[in-house]
Amino acid sequence: MRRVVVTGLGLVTPLGADVETVWANLIAGKSGAGPITRFDASNQKCQIACEVKPADHEYGFDPNKRVDHKIQRQVDPFIVYGIDAAGQALEDAGLTEMDDDLKMRTGCSIGSGIGGLPGIESESIVLHEKGPGRVSPHFVHGRLINLISGQVSIKYGLMGPNHAVVTACSTGAHSIGDAARMIKDGDADIMLAGGAESTINPLGVAGFAQARALNCSFNDRPTEASRPYDKDRDGFVMGEGAGVVVLEEYEHAKARGAKIYAEVVGYGLSGDAYHVTAPHPEGKGAELAMRMALRKAGLAPGDIDYVNAHGTSTMADTIELAAVKRVLGDDLSGASMSSTKSAIGHLLGGAGAVEAIFCILAIRDQIVPPTLNLHTPDEGTEGVDLVPLVAKKREVRAVLNNSFGFGGTNASLVMKKV
Amino acid sequence: MSDTADRVKKIVVEHLGVEADKVTEDASFIDDLGADSLDIVELVMAFEEEFGVEIPDDAAEKISTVSDAIKYINENKG
Repeated sequence: MRRVVVTGLGLVTPLGADVETVWANLIAGKSGAGPITRFDASNQKCQIACEVKPADHEYGFDPNKRVDHKIQRQVDPFIVYGIDAAGQALEDAGLTEMDDDLKMRTGCSIGSGIGGLPGIESESIVLHEKGPGRVSPHFVHGRLINLISGQVSIKYGLMGPNHAVVTACSTGAHSIGDAARMIKDGDADIMLAGGAESTINPLGVAGFAQARALNCSFNDRPTEASRPYDKDRDGFVMGEGAGVVVLEEYEHAKARGAKIYAEVVGYGLSGDAYHVTAPHPEGKGAELAMRMALRKAGLAPGDIDYVNAHGTSTMADTIELAAVKRVLGDDLSGASMSSTKSAIGHLLGGAGAVEAIFCILAIRDQIVPPTLNLHTPDEGTEGVDLVPLVAKKREVRAVLNNSFGFGGTNASLVMKKV
Repeated sequence: MSDTADRVKKIVVEHLGVEADKVTEDASFIDDLGADSLDIVELVMAFEEEFGVEIPDDAAEKISTVSDAIKYINENKG
């Protein structure tokens, strides 16, 4: 059977625009949250977010590094983030120069949960105020979700499968899982896989706030707002950015002497069949996805050392935890579990991929990132190591990464050390 | 005349992301400046906005160089 390994990583997040900076900030317990600067949010219920920082910031993002000026003007920020993260991952994997045969065996599976909402919002204002003749000719393809995969394939000449998952906040995890299958099935030898999001715009923030999903009670204390498992948690903090990995068939990676971070060994998917925004109260869908991923990985609960939780800092956190306990045992069989959304916010369609990269780095460095702001753990968290406040050095052999999305869509990934 | 040319060139540099010295009056948007047909649609919209002129589709189709644009604008602006 063909095995799938990770050989390259790329990140654009509120804590930095390259993998090592993001990881160092995350392990140091920094928060990427702050007041919204992208627009005047004074009339919004929620006035905070985890924004990707501008180029002149200590760990800001410079779009000119990997994205042509012309493309930056034509597309929404989520596509710019995605192109950059994909470029980082290819550079990290040593794959910026490929021959034509390999390009035909290399594909893209980079999705987004929502896509180009800021551009949809601004062009609809143009349409209303100036008429249809002023709508940009780049409006449609600058907003479409599959246009990260499209742009990346054009930029690097990648002619393998060109795919884009849209499963809300499970997008990043499904993207990696689906791409790994494409390699297993022989559709490709290499896949760029991940997700991106950027919806910190008036319509995006208002929409999530109206859905009662966002934290609206910590506007004066932004870095304390995302607090998974804490009694005072009150909704998620919106993040933005992208995460992309290079997935590669194991023998192919070995033959070219590639650096191998981890192996993707398990992928589980399920539906809640319950409610559009609320998770099933007993976490049955989450449990199904985790059990499927573990079974396919051929691992026992005791083999998992770290769980990167979906943990959005909403009431759903304890539902997920109860499901994880049913799968791994009441003490999680010794695994640590944290939610990195406490530091970078919820990257929505990018979350699953960014968090998968954190899992991979946990395996590389044998350290697990903390759950920030966890001062008063909620009921049901007793006996579980939720890595409160500070990162923890420990053995990390295998990891479980959960992502759940609106519509009741669940994905779990299991990765392990090679 | 030169004012129109400078403003046209500035728009071209901004929209196509090309070096200013490449935007000569003889330069073809597609052959010399890397534009595609949608970029030209966008450029024409920007010219309309900047100069307050209407450039109908049949006229826009005939604009293929920087000097074509300058000439059309000078002849038709109010």
